[in-house]
Amino acid sequence: MPRLSATSRHAVSFVLNGRSTTADAEPRMLLTDFLRHVLGLTGTHVGCEHGVCGACTIHIDGQPARACLTLAVQVDGASVRTIEDLAPEPGRLSVLQAAFRRHHALQCGFCTPGMLMSLDAYLAANPEPDEAELRKYLSGHLCRCTGYVPIVAAALDAAKRLREDTANA
Amino acid sequence: MKPPPFDYVRAATLAEAHAVLATEGTDARIIAGGQTLVPMLSMRLARPRVLIDIMRLPELATIEESAGSIHVGAGVRQAELLAWPDLASRQPLLAAALPWVGHAQTRSRGTVCGSVAHADPSAEIPLVLVALGGSIVLSTRRRQRTVAAEQFFIGSLSTDRRDEELIAAVLFPCAPPEHGYAFREFGRRHGDFAVTACAALVTPERVRLAVGGVADRPVAREWGALAGSALDDALNEFAYDLDARDDLHATARFRRDLVRQLGREVIMEARRCLA
Ligand code: FES
Ligand code: FES
Repeated sequence: MPRLSATSRHAVSFVLNGRSTTADAEPRMLLTDFLRHVLGLTGTHVGCEHGVCGACTIHIDGQPARACLTLAVQVDGASVRTIEDLAPEPGRLSVLQAAFRRHHALQCGFCTPGMLMSLDAYLAANPEPDEAELRKYLSGHLCRCTGYVPIVAAALDAAKRLREDTANA
Repeated sequence: MKPPPFDYVRAATLAEAHAVLATEGTDARIIAGGQTLVPMLSMRLARPRVLIDIMRLPELATIEESAGSIHVGAGVRQAELLAWPDLASRQPLLAAALPWVGHAQTRSRGTVCGSVAHADPSAEIPLVLVALGGSIVLSTRRRQRTVAAEQFFIGSLSTDRRDEELIAAVLFPCAPPEHGYAFREFGRRHGDFAVTACAALVTPERVRLAVGGVADRPVAREWGALAGSALDDALNEFAYDLDARDDLHATARFRRDLVRQLGREVIMEARRCLA
């Protein structure tokens, strides 16, 4: 049985933003630190480091999840998507990101990567979100700047545009 | 805030998980979704020598209905149970309470049994388990035992689980015919732990109410039909017997008020759903 010792690093193999990736981590390393410090993907932010603020939200196997509540060794074999994979290509924003910009849904930007990753998953599963449900869903994220109103407006606007895109596809 | 060092065992069989638990005892902790354990490690509230990851064990990853109960294995995530197509028809109280567990972003990883193992006095899943008279299946290398939820939760964050045991599954009894149910909670924000949560089950002859967040564990009480003013008297007595305490989130008096009020609301709602 594989017992990974506390004092050494162990290979973690997983799919990161569509690419097979292997890097080393001690068992105690949080996925946030693994992404940021070992893999250099600093788009995932770290606020509270204990699951309260939502800044570190990423996708694990297609579901929104807190990177700070996950050990790097736990994602061995999983598929992870981070904010770096959200824009369709360099220099172009996703529909949701563009809506955030139009609606001024970010000020300092600290909460934004988590908000975007969560909403990206939510809109994919709920193309016609209702505002009350959306607000409940966003209760898993703290924003100290915007007061949430522009974030909700951006999400509803993005949902509408995504529906139009699908209708015209 | 970083976890202290620990070894990590990715159990490939249940026997391996049992073997490590048997040799390491209190120095070992089971990790499933990690939504409670990882922050406890980060805050250094837990300092295990070894973590045993049980999420690769297919025998723990199942939801099954048999002998009138829903068996939820230790590897089943809260979001998976919520998405189980039969949930609302087999156990509507559980279906009503699950969306209140944490946030969608934590239910995606957190397991049903993990919440039971942690035994927070205000957590929804232990409350529903007590309300329904459910039970917990504990196993070691050699044997397995089933403990009623009301005996399993023995205090705040403490349970009847022995060091060498792991929670293999929890059993939620399916909804009997002819009964009404309701769930409500009061918290500061959606997704926070409840200040007080209430779950009611009623039949034409009986009323059962379980309350979380007030005593050091979820507590249930059962009465006859509770006609007329008997309901308020019963709730008042129950509220006092729960021995509420003052803390950062609410005073004891406010909690008693919540028991009286939410208790009445869920019982009335359960009666309407029975009618
Ligand atoms: S940093 Fe992960 S939830 Fe705050
Ligand atoms: S934009 Fe500053 S915290 Fe949300």
